[in-house]
Amino acid sequence: MSKELTLAEVIELLNNVEVEALEGVTFEGDIEIEIDESVMNFREEANKLIESRFAVGTVNEWTTAIEEVTIGATPANGGSRGHAVTVGGEKALPYYFDSEMKNPTCVVAIDVFDMPIQLAKSVRTSYEDVMESPSDWAKKVVSEYHADMIALHLISTDPKRKDASASEASKTVEDVLQAVDVPIIISGSGTHKKDPEVLEKAAEVSEGERCLIASANPDNDYERVAAAANKYGHVLLSWTQLEINAQKELNRKLIKHCGVSRDRIVMDPTTAALGYGLDYAYSNVERIRLAGLTGDKELNFPTLSVSSNAWNAREAWMISSPLKEDSNWGEREHRGLIWEAATGFALALAGCELFMMMHPGSAQLLKKITRMLGGSINEEKTDLSNWITKLII
Amino acid sequence: MKLNSPLQVYKYLPKINCGKCGEKTCMAFASRLVDRSKKIEDCQILLQDKEKFLQLAELLAPEIREITAGVGDRKVRIGGDDVLHRHQLTFFNPTVLAYDVWDTMEEVALIERVKKISEFKKFYVGHYLKLDMIAVRSTGESAAKFKSCVEKVTEVSTLPVMLCSFDPTVLKAGLEVCADKKPVLYAATKDNWEQVSKLALEYHVPVVLFSEGDLDSLKTLAVSFNRLGINDIILDPGTYPEGAQLKSTFENFIKLRRAGIKESQKEIAYPIMAAPITAWMIDNDPTPTSYLEAALASIFMIKYADIMLLHSIEPHALLSEVYMRETMYTDPRTPLKVDSGVYKIGNPTKDSPVITTSNFALTYYTVESDLSSGRIDCYLASVNTDGIGVEAAVAGRQFTAAKIKETFDEAGFDFKEKTSHNTIILPGLAARLQGDLEDVMGIKVLIGPVDSNQIPGWMDKNWL
Ligand code: SF4
Repeated sequence: MSKELTLAEVIELLNNVEVEALEGVTFEGDIEIEIDESVMNFREEANKLIESRFAVGTVNEWTTAIEEVTIGATPANGGSRGHAVTVGGEKALPYYFDSEMKNPTCVVAIDVFDMPIQLAKSVRTSYEDVMESPSDWAKKVVSEYHADMIALHLISTDPKRKDASASEASKTVEDVLQAVDVPIIISGSGTHKKDPEVLEKAAEVSEGERCLIASANPDNDYERVAAAANKYGHVLLSWTQLEINAQKELNRKLIKHCGVSRDRIVMDPTTAALGYGLDYAYSNVERIRLAGLTGDKELNFPTLSVSSNAWNAREAWMISSPLKEDSNWGEREHRGLIWEAATGFALALAGCELFMMMHPGSAQLLKKITRMLGGSINEEKTDLSNWITKLII
Repeated sequence: MKLNSPLQVYKYLPKINCGKCGEKTCMAFASRLVDRSKKIEDCQILLQDKEKFLQLAELLAPEIREITAGVGDRKVRIGGDDVLHRHQLTFFNPTVLAYDVWDTMEEVALIERVKKISEFKKFYVGHYLKLDMIAVRSTGESAAKFKSCVEKVTEVSTLPVMLCSFDPTVLKAGLEVCADKKPVLYAATKDNWEQVSKLALEYHVPVVLFSEGDLDSLKTLAVSFNRLGINDIILDPGTYPEGAQLKSTFENFIKLRRAGIKESQKEIAYPIMAAPITAWMIDNDPTPTSYLEAALASIFMIKYADIMLLHSIEPHALLSEVYMRETMYTDPRTPLKVDSGVYKIGNPTKDSPVITTSNFALTYYTVESDLSSGRIDCYLASVNTDGIGVEAAVAGRQFTAAKIKETFDEAGFDFKEKTSHNTIILPGLAARLQGDLEDVMGIKVLIGPVDSNQIPGWMDKNWL
């Protein structure tokens, strides 16, 4: 028995068996075709644009500002620094438009060591002449490389290096405070057993200067470090190893048990070099920052990144690739500079506002770009119309 | 994705647990769909119910449209993201890196540059990082010149190409010689959109819409193209290389992606393109400009560019770019670990050294490649440090004498039987474990170099 089909039914039938076109078929008689209205519109409008407006909202969940922390005390505040640095205060991810950035979001401290240390060649060339004297080193990074701060590392106290005593090391702290008037970070040697004693003494001789003491961490006697920072009026670095919960717990202990005030805590959740765990570090910092912004009061503190560890990456320091299959690695001077800066860019966007760096060029590049993103550098405007043919190459 | 729990997805599946998709149950398959490690086509049963299939496909489509360019092995996928922050799932489809050539280049120089771009590679965690695309840039001389340049490029390289000109006749000339290779058209603007949209339709190729920092006109173009039936769209809101304009560029990228993902504004949920190459509009001093360009590349790789147009092919720029891309697109759900165990490198004998390292994939592959390329036959033990590098693992006590012993015990590696020397080599960064390890394992412990690239030299001095 035959059945009559409407055209629509034929089409549906064909669609069901996934036939997209018919060949050699003719229809006889009248065919009524219904045309979708939107297709008609399209015909009309094909020669003119459909004007539209773009709009997007802000993020409501970011309810909580990052604590504002000031490092360095000027004479007005009982110290001798020429200026103080304030970080934090933002209520959005870095450089986002959701809220105004209160303070510069990228402050760079350049590393100074209290004894000569092995450095990548591209970095060494900048400091070769001052390595024997921490004060000269500090002066150089301030006057020639325009560091916002310096990070003084008391590595000579490491029992595996010179095993210098806490009082020997604190002498260097005094010298450096004399030599430069920028705010300083005082860091131990990373030896958990000895650091508390070293930092305690260093905190004492720098009383009232509101230095950043690095660090309190779960593996050292953080109560002692915190007590010293409190007693002598400093800011404390809360350092954990790439674990958001460990960071939360340490911050909580510092506030609740050690009585550190909220405006005196900076976190270092550990950051890694480009290609060497930066993916993990980036997300860890970003999660911490998002938690802080959305109201976690144990995580809304400014964050520091030791971006100078980019120099551990072989891509930053090696003269050429050890693997013959790799394409040419080019000049290490250029590679190293961009490696440290790129590491910094990622962490600056994740939520770090304070950076320890080594290469003056990397520091300058990071600062320049982040200042632009922050809106404080206004260059001449670039005209992009016809840019394809206008490149100067 | 509109569905984000396996249970929601399960409702649309056949619920017969036939196992044809490679998963034991439909529920297991549903979780693989949610984490995007399987595609719905993998369920053949569902394929038979076209309506349900399409319905689910729509619900599972990524928030940002995913498009493809190029053909064959080097075909690329662009876009397809579902989250604003990588830890929320992962970012999909690594930023496509396109480097330019231009139609006034001398043939020899052109071929050399194309080859450099196509052949660049850098070993990283067991694979090579490469570049993806060649952008042929018209200098405005003539359509014929552009055409022959495109022809040459596609002859020399299998990489997908991007045809760059604001002049539709130039674009058409390019398309005539490479449309079958699915190039990307750059770009349609408010001025040329009519002709360029016709080209996109006629040749079925993806097209970039460009507006100078103006998101209203970008959306106007996107909506209009969509109405014309063109959906393989990429958005270029204009990349300004410096100053306050850079700030607004950065904000535009965030606005576009937020609109697409957080607010599900479908009309604008397309892949985004950045053009750090514009750094070369303000300067041409090679080194500082390459730094600025690489800096912009980093910034926009992190914040949302799905495809990127660049100029410098200096190694320092390329290396930082491929590494930053890897950083952002590494799947945070799969830790970068290799299985712990004792591996043979080359053909070790009883006299060959036994070297230890962590099971952090990056460390392991770095050491492994240094050993292989130094032609050192040995055993390499990857100790279970939870995927943490040696230095951090020593500090965090994931790399300890006990852990090292455990690795050899589990592998059934008996030093007395497998070696003539009863000696193990520790990484230089784990030197402080020496005494402990001697006590725990009762074998001789040597301290190797700090960086594994020094192993060959170290071997010459310390291993006879
Ligand atoms: S193939 Fe489809 S029906 Fe079969 S188990 Fe997998 S999801 Fe279920």
